[in-house]
Amino acid sequence: MTAIPYTTDVRPDTGVTNPKLGMWLFLASEVMLFGSLLSAYVLLRSGALTWPDQSAVLSVPLATVNTVILIASSVTMLRAWTALTAGNMRQYRVRMGVTLVLGAVFLAIKTFEYSDKFAHGLGPATDNFLGLYFVLTGVHVLHLAGGMLVNAFLLGPGARMWRSDPRRFTQRVEVAAIYWHFVDAVWLVLFVVLYLL
Amino acid sequence: MRFFKYLVSTDHKVIGLLYAGTSLCFLLIGFALVLVMRWQLAYPGEPVPLVGGLFGVANAPGGIVLPEFYNQLGAMHGTIMVFLGVVPLAVGAFGNYLVPLQVGAHDMAFPRLNLGSYWFYLAGGLVMLASFFVTGGAANNGWTSYAPLSDLAPGHGQTLWLVGMGLIIVSSLLGAINVITTIVQLRAPGLTWFRLPFFVWAQFITSFLLLLAFPALQAAAILQGMDRLVGTSFFLPSGLAVSGQALNVAGGGSALLWQHLFWFLAHPEVYVLILPALGIVAEVIANNTRKPLWGYRSMVYSVFVLGFLSFIVWAHHMFLTGMGTTISAFFQATTMIISIPSVIILSALMLSLYGGSIRFTTPMLFALGFLPMFGIGGLTGLPLGLATTDVPLHDTTYVVGHFHYLVAPGTLFALFAGIYYWFPLATGRMMNDLLGRVHFVGSLVCMNLIFMPMFVQGLAGVNRRLWDGGEQYAHAQSVLSLNVTMSMAAFGLAFFQLFFMVNLFMSLRGGRVVGANPWQATTLEWSTESSVRAYRDPYVYSLPGAAADFVPQDQPAEPS
Amino acid sequence: MMDWLGMPVAASAHAGDVDRLMVLVHWLMLVLFVGWGGFLLYVLVRFRRSAQPVAMHKGMRGSWSTWIEGGILTAEVILLAFFSIPTWSARVDAFPSEQQSTVVRVVAEQYAWNVHYPGPDGLFGRTDLALLGPSNPLGLDRSDPAGRDDITTINQMHFPVDRPVIVHLSSKDMIHSFALPQMRVKQDAIPGLAQPVWFTPTTTGQWEIACSQLCGLGHYRMRGFYTVESTAEYEAWLAEEAAFLLEQ
Repeated sequence: MTAIPYTTDVRPDTGVTNPKLGMWLFLASEVMLFGSLLSAYVLLRSGALTWPDQSAVLSVPLATVNTVILIASSVTMLRAWTALTAGNMRQYRVRMGVTLVLGAVFLAIKTFEYSDKFAHGLGPATDNFLGLYFVLTGVHVLHLAGGMLVNAFLLGPGARMWRSDPRRFTQRVEVAAIYWHFVDAVWLVLFVVLYLL
Repeated sequence: MRFFKYLVSTDHKVIGLLYAGTSLCFLLIGFALVLVMRWQLAYPGEPVPLVGGLFGVANAPGGIVLPEFYNQLGAMHGTIMVFLGVVPLAVGAFGNYLVPLQVGAHDMAFPRLNLGSYWFYLAGGLVMLASFFVTGGAANNGWTSYAPLSDLAPGHGQTLWLVGMGLIIVSSLLGAINVITTIVQLRAPGLTWFRLPFFVWAQFITSFLLLLAFPALQAAAILQGMDRLVGTSFFLPSGLAVSGQALNVAGGGSALLWQHLFWFLAHPEVYVLILPALGIVAEVIANNTRKPLWGYRSMVYSVFVLGFLSFIVWAHHMFLTGMGTTISAFFQATTMIISIPSVIILSALMLSLYGGSIRFTTPMLFALGFLPMFGIGGLTGLPLGLATTDVPLHDTTYVVGHFHYLVAPGTLFALFAGIYYWFPLATGRMMNDLLGRVHFVGSLVCMNLIFMPMFVQGLAGVNRRLWDGGEQYAHAQSVLSLNVTMSMAAFGLAFFQLFFMVNLFMSLRGGRVVGANPWQATTLEWSTESSVRAYRDPYVYSLPGAAADFVPQDQPAEPS
Repeated sequence: MMDWLGMPVAASAHAGDVDRLMVLVHWLMLVLFVGWGGFLLYVLVRFRRSAQPVAMHKGMRGSWSTWIEGGILTAEVILLAFFSIPTWSARVDAFPSEQQSTVVRVVAEQYAWNVHYPGPDGLFGRTDLALLGPSNPLGLDRSDPAGRDDITTINQMHFPVDRPVIVHLSSKDMIHSFALPQMRVKQDAIPGLAQPVWFTPTTTGQWEIACSQLCGLGHYRMRGFYTVESTAEYEAWLAEEAAFLLEQ
């Protein structure tokens, strides 16, 4: 069997590798997914007779902390990749580790937020705002957790590829980083829409 | 063990054949469901002969189909045919098998994702089938699953429908990413964009539609799943009372939200059903007329425009939901505009016949049958796309006739053409010609006898999705007997499919053995080279002065 | 062509507009289909292999296919701009005044049409979910002065001929679709939304209301009846219903 071309080399006339193109396509469909959910939000909110004061129901300070955490994790993710391009595996491990920890902190805060809502008798069935809040943030959390799994793999067993095929490994991290930034960007939108507007 | 090996192979040909086999099985199942429905429509309340006892007391006591069961059959017929039959066959099977070959690649760009796509599809299909056996049976709210009916439907059938759709959507997304990446990245040297066969273009645009439209249904399925399982009310407005009891939910939702999200997917989905069919027909026509496609470039531009426009016509399914003049005018206008690229493609295919040296092979017969049938389907879309004439026709059997002409004698004929045409590529053997011709003539006659009367009934005002076929209504009486005609034709159609099934299995072992390029075709899938290079446009047939009447794409230019 | 299409009798003022467009569209379809079909048959015979052993590499010349496509687009634009949009606009933008119309509420439920006439005072009584019951499917508050004289029926509608009818359509549970085939009227009844629809019956007769949107297992039998009658007969019917109300 012949190897599939352009898995690590850039195809000259298109300017991308297969995995990177695949990731961009995947993200295009993700944009449509979150876009559809957000348009449901817009339609339901604009059609609603009453809508709660969002920032009163949710905790803006906690979400702000979470926003800072995710932005920081995006930076460390980017720096992890630049460490690899500079050939520094030790630095990569540290920065990727920090990215993972930041993701975990985000999840912990989110879990606290959720359980606080439940403790006050507020759930997705309470009203459509809370329903949408749980759906949108829930789908986002799943995406974040998926990203953390990939990152954990790239930090742990997946990192063995660094020895056999460093170029390909670096590209894997780059593609994972694109995804991670996207998950971040989604959170920024959700933060504005669900907490601030 | 050998079979197991195939199930985990990442070879695009094996996956393509797995898709083909599985989707043909689902087509058969979907067809079987509709045969039961057709019996009930022709002879309402009479026990289904032969198989009536198999459906269980909850569904068909004494073999008599209950309304609940009839609605299950209807919903699952649509779902299975569209999502588990036609699309996986057109995109999963033909796309997987042919796109890499036609672009001169060794495999898809992501072979493991490709296998994953098949597994998600199979899982989704099995969940759908399993839903027949849970309490309350399968989903019975129409393939469109309009809320609140689907939201509030008792039992687990609808929930499993949502789960099944979720799995199918994941499968489609993986497949679409793969096809697009393969076409963009793995084109053989020399194979520039405008040297791609039209089939590849069709798959390319189709994949974009899958990629960008399906997430809307994913979102809708998540929201409906929440409504059903967690008690949210995204699709439940305030003040609902079901069976005389006020419903205990928060309310404030919107019943129309589901329709918007659903049709945002489902209109592009219509083009997902159609475009690969057009691609197959184009290949078969070029080969069997022995001449280049007429207007290849305008066809390519048209397919782009179709793909784009298909995202902004969805609300023409919703003219009767209380639409003002401006919005209805917008969607009527886009609907009229989208007919133009379709007309251009169909005209180009017809004009391609002019000046050809036409071989009436079995695949060509199906491709030629496709043209007028698809034409009828397209034309009958006109009165439905104009809001004013949609009023009397909406939700009547006219609509059913319209989309079945597009998909059954339309897309399915194209898929049959593709099977007969590429069977020797996959097996090295030809399918039997005589059986193929009987299959074609029988199917053509029966299809028309099934779907043409639907227009007559629809114009008379007979609604679709009626358990008794409209027996109660006075305005249906004059056209009621057509139900028997249609059902007889449906049973006839089933009979003629036997010729196809026998042919398929017989030819696998006993078909005439042929060489590598039995149709003397030009495109790269017939190339026997291990690494190919393209030197010319896809359909160089009957070139004056050439040695043969076809010049394959990978044949180097003769030194002159 | 109208007879040919076999549509139900056209018995409302705007039905003629709908039917005219229906006929025009079907003519366009027929012309295109016959044209394409004729061309297809011609080329299949003329260019069969035995008649044309060697294909022409170049194929058809000329740009008349572009003209045909332009022609189709023009025809469609005409149908849209001069027929469909004006007729639609008259349906949804130009409602008659309620004073000069027969006004009815229709509340759909699985699997019946609850009909609500305002009675002599012309005012609809208050309705409340809490009052729903087997004998009161509308949840009508009879203690409300406006509701005392209201006439309610199930699956029965009466309209006086030649006077506009406004139906305020809604649904208690699922999406239903309120179809009066002879009036060329069909409108979805969507829970949570009030949908007004209007028409002017011009012919007397007795016909059926058909539910056109799948609303559950009883969808097929969600049938109602409507009668278009002279004003005198309509008044008599109202009086009869009012007397029946008093008895209760």
